[in-house]
Amino acid sequence: MEQGKEAVKPLSVRYIADMPYNYHAGYYYSRFLRELRDNKRIVGVKCPKCGKIYVPPRIVCRDCFVKMEEFVPVSDKGTLLAFTVTNFAYTDTTTGEQKKIPFTAAFIKLDGADSNIVHCLDETDEKKIKAGMRLQAVFSDNRTGDYFHDIDHFRIIEGM
Amino acid sequence: MEKVGIIGVAQTKYQRYNPASHAELAYEVTSKALEDAGLTIDDIDNTVTVCNDFWDGRTISSMTITEATGSHKSPTTNVEGDGTYGALMGLMRILSGLHEITLVVAQSKISEGIPSVITNAMFDPIYERMLGLDAINSAALQMRSYMAKYGVTEEQCAKISVKNHKNAKANPYAHLAMDITVDDVLKSRVLADPIKLLDASPISDGACAIIMARERTAKRKHGKPIWIKGVGHCADAYHLGDRDLAEVDALASAAKRAYSMAGIRSPLKQIHVAEVYDAFSYMELMWMEGLGFCDRGKASAMVDSGLTEMNSALPVNPSGGVLSAHAVQVAGLARIAEAVLQLRGEAGGRQVDGASTALAHGIEGACGQGHCVFILGK
Amino acid sequence: MKRLVGIVGVGQTHHRSKNTDCNGQELISIAVKRALESAELTMADIDAIVIGNMDHFESINYVDMWSVDGSGGYMKPIMKVTTGGTTGSAIGHAGFYHAASGLFDTVLVIGWEQNSESDTTAAISTCFDPITEREYSAGAIGPLAAHYTAYMTKYGATEEDAALVSVRDHNNAALYNGYAHLRQTITVEDVMKSAYISYPIKLLDICPRSDGACAVIFASERKARKITERPAWILGVGDCHILVHLADGIGLANLPSLEIAARQAYEMAGITDPFNQIDVAELYIPASTAGVSWMEALGLCEEGGGPRLIRSGVTNMGGKLPINPSGGVLATNPIGATGLLRIGEAALQVMGKAEKKQVEGAKVAVATGFGGCFWSDITVLSSLPRLD
Repeated sequence: MEQGKEAVKPLSVRYIADMPYNYHAGYYYSRFLRELRDNKRIVGVKCPKCGKIYVPPRIVCRDCFVKMEEFVPVSDKGTLLAFTVTNFAYTDTTTGEQKKIPFTAAFIKLDGADSNIVHCLDETDEKKIKAGMRLQAVFSDNRTGDYFHDIDHFRIIEGM
Repeated sequence: MEKVGIIGVAQTKYQRYNPASHAELAYEVTSKALEDAGLTIDDIDNTVTVCNDFWDGRTISSMTITEATGSHKSPTTNVEGDGTYGALMGLMRILSGLHEITLVVAQSKISEGIPSVITNAMFDPIYERMLGLDAINSAALQMRSYMAKYGVTEEQCAKISVKNHKNAKANPYAHLAMDITVDDVLKSRVLADPIKLLDASPISDGACAIIMARERTAKRKHGKPIWIKGVGHCADAYHLGDRDLAEVDALASAAKRAYSMAGIRSPLKQIHVAEVYDAFSYMELMWMEGLGFCDRGKASAMVDSGLTEMNSALPVNPSGGVLSAHAVQVAGLARIAEAVLQLRGEAGGRQVDGASTALAHGIEGACGQGHCVFILGK
Repeated sequence: MKRLVGIVGVGQTHHRSKNTDCNGQELISIAVKRALESAELTMADIDAIVIGNMDHFESINYVDMWSVDGSGGYMKPIMKVTTGGTTGSAIGHAGFYHAASGLFDTVLVIGWEQNSESDTTAAISTCFDPITEREYSAGAIGPLAAHYTAYMTKYGATEEDAALVSVRDHNNAALYNGYAHLRQTITVEDVMKSAYISYPIKLLDICPRSDGACAVIFASERKARKITERPAWILGVGDCHILVHLADGIGLANLPSLEIAARQAYEMAGITDPFNQIDVAELYIPASTAGVSWMEALGLCEEGGGPRLIRSGVTNMGGKLPINPSGGVLATNPIGATGLLRIGEAALQVMGKAEKKQVEGAKVAVATGFGGCFWSDITVLSSLPRLD
């Protein structure tokens, strides 16, 4: 079949679907979130075999593959391992709105923990941030069991 | 094909809402499968996970269960399809000669998302999605086509629901075990005509894991390996309108391949028990035809004669099938797990006596567009 | 007993930022047709198909079933494998296993993505745990950026070291690869002047997102020898998917998943001296910074030796071990295809069919895959069925 000489401009279809999910925290995260909300405490879980303490807590030790059941508190202070100051906007999949930028993602090893967490730093000038700095969690007064807002952010306490 | 045996199986209890996280669920089933096989995680030299980004609500959905399944300790991959396809990948990895023992884990927590939105996403975004098609109403189209083409009645389809829910009473893992009548099915709430509530599978959270090993390892590690005798998979056309929804050619092609490998010439005579993916009551009838248990359009007559009941010619879904427990993507692997229990003689109250050859089947996509068939033997 | 499997054909689309003139199935069919043509085969010769992409970029569930019009999967065995950014390499390995198993002789593997159809970073961000990691992890870019800060702190690597990688890959694409999405000739100064998008990654340090597809045909030894004179034999494969909690991987200066995967593949292939035994590498370098900090994981230099290796120029075209003659991921990134493109490009090199990109006399090539969750895959290919 002969095609028309004039090119037909291709069309596109816009499709936006809400795909809501009710993520189940599971037993381990539930305990973690409750401790943040009710006790302003960060807890990890300890492996009965190797003694490693994992934050956030989870069911199985990565190295020993055994079930962990002992919850232990860890410090609210830690060391900054790595960071980035993100400065491009993209859609926040939780809210559907654009992310507020810039924000600093901080990868932190809390004192007492053998695994790392990620949260945000209240400093967004990369010249003022360096891996190795000491940080402290700042809890929010209005806590609801949402990790990212029950700990509002981390602040630098020393190390420039 | 070199002999590969299944030496470990495990399932979690299927239920509407399981508060455990994906990792917690996966760890439970992995530990149980290892226990069943008498192995530790260090014996496993490669894994296959079966996770779907839509059902799990995350991209790279397999990431959630990596540590919980020990997948971080050895080479691994993730098949995004029914658990039977995951089992096939596990088999191929051993047949390649590179691996000895594969752990295959499938999990899903349907309760986290909205099934109609997730299954709507199967359909073509440009031509079909806005029609609001989903797994249930597309199945309704198929049921209607099948009934019209072959004169099958809603009562005949209902008999499958009655049989399977009753069979489920002997299955400790089943979600919906119950005694119902054809009348109960016919009177149940219409979801999408002619599919009624009791024609449809439930929505379940759950997980299943199997462990398979090369022959010499399987024999060394386990007393009763169940051998994979044959496997086949095949896909039909995609757009519903490109298919004759009442026909099962893709399944027949997959079955042909599996049967040929396993030396099955008369399925009805040579297969002692079949676990098929009956996501809806009418599907069991259609799959019986695609698997060659009877001629096209004749499954309802077979069911009328009770030939697929427990203690009959060819018991189909002694476990209660998918109608009794439907964790999407898991259910096909669960069919394999159930078939293994049957052949080991460990199926308890749902045991088919003397079964030595079993069939397990899984489907993929809308209205069973894709099929994967396994033949297992002692 | 291990079966030998070879790649006999490779096809890809001309990658662009937005393919408005075809839909997904059509895009796939272009790559498939080109792969079949390159091997002088037809769809009837294909015994099985493996396809992969990342669901949330196109929002299509059960892509294997959806694809049949474009992938040729109608009434054929077809399945989908997806593992995130490593999808392309995972499907390559899946195709290898299909053929190596003896169940299928000729296997078509298809990787594709229409990244323009969605918000790439938002989609990738959903891989991180919604309760403990997602909020502050900006897709693939944020974590990659943070990862380099740890390497910089530990070994004194700089942004300029990374800029050299960007210059190498972009210029290779401009000079040698007619299929590449970005074909820009740039300088270190251009990179250093470009804006930070996530410190220390700047605009010219990061990969684009592309629309594109790639198809690679694997065949069992017997078949491969009939189809082409010089198949690209698969000598080694390695997969290492180790992170669940992203934060555990960031904060380490190195990339353990690549180290472990490389060890698996090298052992299988008989590579004991990577720097000298490998002739060309197509590496999944999604950000220039990775091109500095991941070299030691592949055994190409000593620990912390990334900057020295890059500055020495040995990885440029004409050097001892050219990396990314195709321009790599920095020039072209249709995510589901990207890992497969590395395998395809590496195959073309050892088959002697890489045209302008050809590294003279290349006999042994390495292709890697990487995912935003810090997983790695690796493939060793050679024109020789064995290395000894």
